[in-house]
Amino acid sequence: MIISLNHYLVLAALLFSIGVAGVLTRRNAIIIFASIELMMNAVNLAFVAFARHWGDVGGQIFVFFIIAVAAAEVAVGLAIIVVLFRHRETVNIDKVNLLKW
Amino acid sequence: MEAFFFLLLAVVSIFSGLMVILQKSPVASVLFLVLTLVCVAALFVMLSAPFIAAIQVIIYAGAIMVLFLFVLMLLNLQRFTEGAWSRFQITGVVVAAVLAVVTALLLRAVPLPADSGFLRETPGLGSVEAVGLSLFTEYLLPFEIASFLLLAGIIGAVILSRRRP
Amino acid sequence: MLETIIILVKVWAVLLTLVSLAAIMTWVERKESAIMQDRLGANRADILGFRVIGLFQPMADGLKMFFKEDFVPPQGNKILHTLAPVLAFFPAMVTFAVIPFGNVLNIGDLAIKLQIADLNIGLLFILAFGGFTSYGVVLAGWSSNSKYAMLGGLRGAAQLISYEVVLGLSLVGLVMVYGTLQLDRMVLAQNELLFGFLPAWGIFLQPLAFLLFFPAAIAESKRIPFDLPEAESEIVGYYTEYSGLRFGLFYFAEFVEIIVISALVSTLFFGGYHIPWLYEEGFAFPWGWTWELPHLVVVILRLAAFFVKIAFFAWLQVLIRWTLPRFRFDQMMRLCWKGLLPLVVLNILVTGLILLLAQN
Repeated sequence: MIISLNHYLVLAALLFSIGVAGVLTRRNAIIIFASIELMMNAVNLAFVAFARHWGDVGGQIFVFFIIAVAAAEVAVGLAIIVVLFRHRETVNIDKVNLLKW
Repeated sequence: MEAFFFLLLAVVSIFSGLMVILQKSPVASVLFLVLTLVCVAALFVMLSAPFIAAIQVIIYAGAIMVLFLFVLMLLNLQRFTEGAWSRFQITGVVVAAVLAVVTALLLRAVPLPADSGFLRETPGLGSVEAVGLSLFTEYLLPFEIASFLLLAGIIGAVILSRRRP
Repeated sequence: MLETIIILVKVWAVLLTLVSLAAIMTWVERKESAIMQDRLGANRADILGFRVIGLFQPMADGLKMFFKEDFVPPQGNKILHTLAPVLAFFPAMVTFAVIPFGNVLNIGDLAIKLQIADLNIGLLFILAFGGFTSYGVVLAGWSSNSKYAMLGGLRGAAQLISYEVVLGLSLVGLVMVYGTLQLDRMVLAQNELLFGFLPAWGIFLQPLAFLLFFPAAIAESKRIPFDLPEAESEIVGYYTEYSGLRFGLFYFAEFVEIIVISALVSTLFFGGYHIPWLYEEGFAFPWGWTWELPHLVVVILRLAAFFVKIAFFAWLQVLIRWTLPRFRFDQMMRLCWKGLLPLVVLNILVTGLILLLAQN
């Protein structure tokens, strides 16, 4: 059995779907955040697999940028969760609905 | 040999990915995410991207995930298992399953070119030199913009988490 | 087949050396502190009346750890409680895989490279696995279900992440000078000469980087003056709830880290296994003398030089540990973010400017 692009893409798609399921089914802000990271990693895997497929380093550069963006996103996102917790004493995003009406 | 390692890593990463969303305790969830990240990093090494794999482990597993754990420990622990599941649980699972099936069908429908880098080696593909050269010539502008983004992230995090008097 | 055997022998030899060096370090720590405090120090452990300046102490320590009750806090998380010491110990050991302890050893027409894995990303490999040690601290603090362990874990997480930034950035200057991340090639570049007489060691090319790297590395090993996660006189630390062999693993990991830091400092800044003016054929002094040596002698001399350097820096770290008092937490954080970090960035800037000027 030769491992080719399709195998990696299927794996990436599965990981991405797991991340989507996590975001849609969980209400804990931290776990939703972790699921988003899972989705990002699935995309990274697809990028690196394509880089190998085409023999082009560009895909890896994109992963580099995605990781940089993820770092900034996590710093701000976790700060928001900490502030949220200080004000509302909860990380359940169903209870954070002030802007809803 | 390669197929064996791929299957092993794929199974472990999907299992730990499922555990990320199924665990009740966020700490366990984050730790399983670390396992997934390490598995994906190992897959990067197999895809001849050692530099990206190292970056992934250093930044994702070594810094971002420790930050997650730090925040979890900083906040009150007991309240963290409350409200674990959404009301739209079944809808969510169905949407994700449909997404997975559609992607798989699309992958089957689109024929991929046979002239694949998986069959012929591209020398020096993911080495530090290749990545660095590409990063500082072709992708120089995005690189600089990324540094501004990180700066904005730092300032945002500092301002957000500062206690107001 | 032969290659596999060679690699296995290398791994075995390195592991054995590392573990026994760390065991000896526990004795060095006791003895050196005793000398500094004008005590007699570890001299009670004896076998049939032989004391041999307390050298049996590590054995006695190990036996004691082994027979102690292995207590797991009933409200804590048992799996993570077991996993934490392993996560503290294992990554520290693995980093040694990329450190070269000698050049090529030729036996007949067999060339053996005295390094386990010569990775293209050697330096990043060390940083990657170094980053994993923080999980040991954080999980030990969290899984114990104890206030003190929790405080220690929190402090540890903040400290280790902060000093990792300085640690990583202080090496950027070196990477710029030597133009590689491969430790083997870095060490080879350090045997060149500057101005015709001075060996091109990292300490001469990047003195500021060394002054920043060493404190950051000590902070990563969580020892005095940076032992805030532990701080036995305030909070007892992240391993408050540990006993027996699990505690022993944490304790031992600390000494393995000392050895790893010493090896890293000598590899990156002090020429690795090189002795100044010693080349493959023998000594060639800058004032014209030459002294030819057989291949085997050169290899052994270099191996010995590497050990001497490791021993020196291990001794230095123990000296620092027993000399300085502990920082306060805010002082330590200020030192990192307001003291070391700007200097590290300055170092990169100056190095880049000098390299640019040297090119034109």
